[in-house]
Amino acid sequence: MADSTARSHLDRPDILAHVIIWIGIAITAFPIWVAFVASTVSNQSIAQAPMPLLPGSLGWQVYSDVLGVGGNNRTVGTPVALMMWNSFVMAMIIAVGKIVISLMSAYAIVFFRVPFRNVLFWMIFVTLMLPVEVRIIPTLKVVTDLGMLNTMAGLTIPLIASATATLLFRQFFLTIPDELVEAAKMDNAGPVKFFFDVVIPLSTTTIAALFVILFIYGWNQYLWPLLITTDQSMTTIVIGITKMIDTSGGPTDWNRVMATAILTLLPPVMVVVLLQKWFVKGLVETEK
Amino acid sequence: MERKVVFPGMLLPYALLAPQILIILVFFYVPAGQALWMSTLLQDPLGLSVQFVGLENFQTVLSDPAYRQTIARTMFFSVAVTVCAMVPAVLLALMADRVVRGAMPYKTILIIPYAIAPAVAGALWLFLFNPSVGVVSYYMGRLGLDWNPKIDGSHAMWLIIIASAWKQIAYNFVFFLAGLQSIPKSLIEAAQIDGASPRRRFWTIIFPLLSPTTFFLIVVNFVYAFFETFGVIHAATQGGPGKSTEIMIYKVWYDGFIAQDLGRSAAQSVILMAIVVALTVVQFRFVERKVHY
Repeated sequence: MADSTARSHLDRPDILAHVIIWIGIAITAFPIWVAFVASTVSNQSIAQAPMPLLPGSLGWQVYSDVLGVGGNNRTVGTPVALMMWNSFVMAMIIAVGKIVISLMSAYAIVFFRVPFRNVLFWMIFVTLMLPVEVRIIPTLKVVTDLGMLNTMAGLTIPLIASATATLLFRQFFLTIPDELVEAAKMDNAGPVKFFFDVVIPLSTTTIAALFVILFIYGWNQYLWPLLITTDQSMTTIVIGITKMIDTSGGPTDWNRVMATAILTLLPPVMVVVLLQKWFVKGLVETEK
Repeated sequence: MERKVVFPGMLLPYALLAPQILIILVFFYVPAGQALWMSTLLQDPLGLSVQFVGLENFQTVLSDPAYRQTIARTMFFSVAVTVCAMVPAVLLALMADRVVRGAMPYKTILIIPYAIAPAVAGALWLFLFNPSVGVVSYYMGRLGLDWNPKIDGSHAMWLIIIASAWKQIAYNFVFFLAGLQSIPKSLIEAAQIDGASPRRRFWTIIFPLLSPTTFFLIVVNFVYAFFETFGVIHAATQGGPGKSTEIMIYKVWYDGFIAQDLGRSAAQSVILMAIVVALTVVQFRFVERKVHY
């Protein structure tokens, strides 16, 4: 800290830095602010351009409308509350599922020496290269053949197949000192006990960091749910919001769309803001 | 790297590996294999008969002027998104690194767009640029700039570039800031004492030390622009007007899912797979050893 103060003594005062940061903040916040304002006014006042830039009189009215009923005609019957619940379940299954499966496979790869270990590791490693987006149609076919359309399993399990978390845990497990393993062996503690008593407690920050990244990844999924969920009761919130926008030229209930946008971005934004330290750690480490 | 001390046993490790291996076999290797296989098949429009045609689908796809246009459009889009997301990010990171006091709230706000879904980013910017109700398009109209992404293809292209870049600045900012904070302050101080101006310090010390991060981010931003912007486009322009915002990933989905032309869609999937593999190899060859934070 002291060195930075020394720096600003030597340089001009950092007015320029503040100005640039404030421009950055304005550009970041402006679309979100406008969306929030639009969600508190009537569609008439949005239509009378320019729309106001301060919150209007409707208060939380639009929010309770969309949460309970949904959007305009095309999405009636899918209340936003239900779609948010679907998204939440999907994000939780993806995040927890990836973490559990990766902890298990990384543990097997690092702490045992079995035949074909390297082959299996490379099989997992290669999956890093192909995101679900590039193999959507064939994956959709597999899921359809398995009868998993419109199920939570079909929505989540194909997205759990990824290597990032396994690699991260493997990297971390390799740093656990051999002495700990030897001590466990001397105490006659088996691999299962060692896993729960030593490895899991040591991994908590890595798990937390991964959870933040994976929850956001899961919540924000778009293309896959678009293909898998044809049943309205399975729609996720991110899909629901684009369904509310009329692209055929008809009227769009913008205040409802924007209220839904705010509700959609709130959970992942809260996760990032509240768990910022773990988020930055998770982001920087998973990509390394 | 290997551990010296390991546990004995075969059953347990295989059981631990089983779920992940099973999932990637069923949902990764089988579909990837099928994409390769489907890309060599031609299905008649009614889906009644299937014929093996070898590499004909690739030939058809790659010689199709519309697909070549899609490739060119995708390249333009990806370069534009990468530049528009990286330049502001490095600038903001440099400034945030200089401002120590109060940096935390700044940082928190600047990283928020990372958490916002691409489709939501598309919806927010569509609303701002909407020709009839958008705030930004209203004031642009007042300035005499006629802005209508619903009719004008290049306006629509810039709409999805801005929405995609806006979201990605946050990601790049986190990495640039982490990269900057790992540069030893003593190096910069030494240059300061020698009288090097901020600009000179940037180009001779900070920029070279930041270049592994920069290179890594270029690859990541390309992958983002290629694949993760589907939601932005689907929400904001639906590939239109005409085909003016249809990038490669959008076309795979459209041809395979809407137009039901499975052979050609699969051939496009295989082309995209080749691109990702190439990008990943580049990333591992050139970046992995050098990025150090």
